[in-house]
Amino acid sequence: MTRTQLAGGVFLTYLPAKKFKTSLLSAQFVVPLRWETASANALLGAILRRGTVSCPDMGALSQRLDKLYGARIDTTIRKKGESQCAGFVASLIDDCFAPGGERLLEPAAGLLGELICHPVTRDGLFLEEYFESEKTNLADAIRSILNDKRAYADSRLLQEMCTGEPYGVPRLGNEQITAALHPQLLFDAYQELISTSRLEIFYSGSAERPRVEDALRAALADLPRKGAAAPPELTPHIPPEEPRFITERLDVTQGKLGMGFACGSGDAAALLLGNTLFGGSSNSKLFLNVREKLSLCYYASSLFHRQKGLITVSSGIEFENYQRAYDEIMAQLEAVRTGRLEDWELEAARSTLLNAYASMGDSQGKLENFYLGQAATGRDESPEDLADQVRAVTPERIFAAMDTVKLDTVYFLQGKEAEA
Amino acid sequence: MTPILYERLGETVYCETLPNGLEIRVVPKPDHAKKYAFFATRYGGMDTRFSLDGQWLDTPAGIAHYLEHKMFDTKEGNALQELAKNGAEPNAFTSNSMTGYYFDSTDHFDENLEILLSFVSVPWFTQESVAKEQGIIGQEIRMIEDNPDWQIYVRMLRALYQVSTARTSIAGTVESIAQITAETLYQCHKAFYTPSNMILTVVGGVDPVKVSGLARRILPQEGGPAIPRDYGQEPEALETRETRLAMEVSSPQFLTGYKCCPVQEGEDRLRTMILGDLACDLLFGESSPLYQRLYSQGLINASFGGAFELMPGVAYLYAGGESKEPRAVAAELQKEADRLVREGLDGDFFQRTLRASFGSNLRGLNSFENIAVSLTEGYFGGYDPFRFPQVFDSVSQEDVLRFLQENVTESRSVLSEIVPKEA
Repeated sequence: MTRTQLAGGVFLTYLPAKKFKTSLLSAQFVVPLRWETASANALLGAILRRGTVSCPDMGALSQRLDKLYGARIDTTIRKKGESQCAGFVASLIDDCFAPGGERLLEPAAGLLGELICHPVTRDGLFLEEYFESEKTNLADAIRSILNDKRAYADSRLLQEMCTGEPYGVPRLGNEQITAALHPQLLFDAYQELISTSRLEIFYSGSAERPRVEDALRAALADLPRKGAAAPPELTPHIPPEEPRFITERLDVTQGKLGMGFACGSGDAAALLLGNTLFGGSSNSKLFLNVREKLSLCYYASSLFHRQKGLITVSSGIEFENYQRAYDEIMAQLEAVRTGRLEDWELEAARSTLLNAYASMGDSQGKLENFYLGQAATGRDESPEDLADQVRAVTPERIFAAMDTVKLDTVYFLQGKEAEA
Repeated sequence: MTPILYERLGETVYCETLPNGLEIRVVPKPDHAKKYAFFATRYGGMDTRFSLDGQWLDTPAGIAHYLEHKMFDTKEGNALQELAKNGAEPNAFTSNSMTGYYFDSTDHFDENLEILLSFVSVPWFTQESVAKEQGIIGQEIRMIEDNPDWQIYVRMLRALYQVSTARTSIAGTVESIAQITAETLYQCHKAFYTPSNMILTVVGGVDPVKVSGLARRILPQEGGPAIPRDYGQEPEALETRETRLAMEVSSPQFLTGYKCCPVQEGEDRLRTMILGDLACDLLFGESSPLYQRLYSQGLINASFGGAFELMPGVAYLYAGGESKEPRAVAAELQKEADRLVREGLDGDFFQRTLRASFGSNLRGLNSFENIAVSLTEGYFGGYDPFRFPQVFDSVSQEDVLRFLQENVTESRSVLSEIVPKEA
């Protein structure tokens, strides 16, 4: 892996690989995650994907992509720490598999550059019909999280837990802010974004670095640069004095219990391992006890939010099992804190993490997502470095780190008929 | 092990059939750290009625999936933990027509493969352990019942089919799984988990001969008899034209489904799958005139999509997503299919779509999981999925048009809708 600066605030992470059928090329603007701008950035990605000066509509764009053997360019909006990453990920078959021996990298990079630098416009604004239809689509997409009750509950927990902190802002923003967007505001936001935000580019594939750099320099020749901002500082999470309990009702058959914890320790590797023991794998305490032993649920797992120092638990249960599940989750956390572990548990958790780091290089998508997260949060460890950190963690460090983990917010989604 | 070279894909596949009937496929990937093993039986959610030892048995809906959950139990404890100790990430899934167990790992591959082959071939259930699973799977069923994507899909299948077990939910219902006992699970294992009904696929930097040696050592010496199954005699007619359910969702969703002509096993299956995929791309794919028109009119959004699917004895094509006007979209889709059949395809559009579809098939080979699952489906379906470049060379516009004409007709279509509950 090498990271170079192509232009002011434009960085290329180059990941050479000959083992894939495809090349991946990703261009991501990295900006602070804020309520005021999140929906505008999300909308921009969708509008830019509608048409460029030379391919002004979806038909013309998909013709270009089809000719490149079904190359794909997807709009992506991701949350990494307290940054929002908005851009495009292109995936195209690697040149060596093109039946006609064509070069595909240059035209794909060219199209990516056009999407960013040369959107189709009218009177100095995006086309009104694109603006209106993508605005409706964005509002629909924001609302549709309700359709996936697990994702909905997970997102509601984070919002409640991190109220007033950027980390509580969903990656697409919200409906109210989307409704207030208008064409001029959005075009200004676009110009601001492409001229002042950091642009992180990733390439994985068989082409040599000079060829990739040349292709990108040509593709982004018209990108206006007025300097670029550094990644935002993370806002520390302020835990409440006493845990907060929030209950919501929807017409569902299964309840969702979410529990958020704040971690007082800065020992990320120890917390990561502690979380894996707690609920981070299918051999964790939560899986083996809440699911396998007590049969309370199909899923009960926990996630360590490395950048923010939080742990969240997600589970789906019968409404009336709320208290049993809550008690058992707390009891299992206590077991990890106090070192009530069987011999195999720690090594299984450690090898689960090491296996994940070791196999990351086998997936272009995972590599891109990993290095984007690193770049967006101003970190530079490789997966191997993180694996070394995990190898070095002692049981004592885990217990000490997990001892700082405190219940912060509990979110329970229950049915309309059920009584609390 | 016999190597087969697929020059246009840059892949080699080692194949062997063991004396006990087990099929083995090894796809070497020496440059990858990850190694992936997939061990599958031709037994899924549709196989509820079958004949064992000369007797027809009716088993509860959801039993193949239930068995999948219970297979991880071993006499010594649980195979999940054994694999996890070596850093392997194991899991399993049950589809309509197969159950697959798999893991990926970067270290201790041989040891892990041995564990996989052992726990899948040696059942170990007690009444107590079987009863305990009711709560877990009960919650899995509750979870999917709250999932509109699942509801709309299953309800579409139940509209399309009158008797086929394609109607059966893979996980079953809370009531049906209550009838499952240790004894029935043993019977089903005996019938379907025999080497002659299974295939082992390994993808990664491993020695094919070693894989084969391990399988010979661990698995039973004898295969089992072929198990006749009864999927029901499905008539041509639909069960119903329309179905609709109110749920807690943000906006209306729909699927329109077409009951297509069933496809026999054999090489023709791959060809029909590719024709079906092409028909979908040409009719309503993102590059199609219809998609672009409906998208600009705001009748569909990025959630719109569809596919052509084959299951034992049945085939169907579907499309849908969120829409404020499901009926209008379904009607437009039918009109477009009729128009294509009447006027023919634009030659340039057809060539581009072929190219794009070829690229998308090639892209699929990046994924070890996808390689293993398609080799498995290919074996069960009697075709070689890695021959897709040759099929792409030979399909014509007329083939696709004939497919549309035979399958995508008004009289074969159903509409499944989910609408938001009134507050």
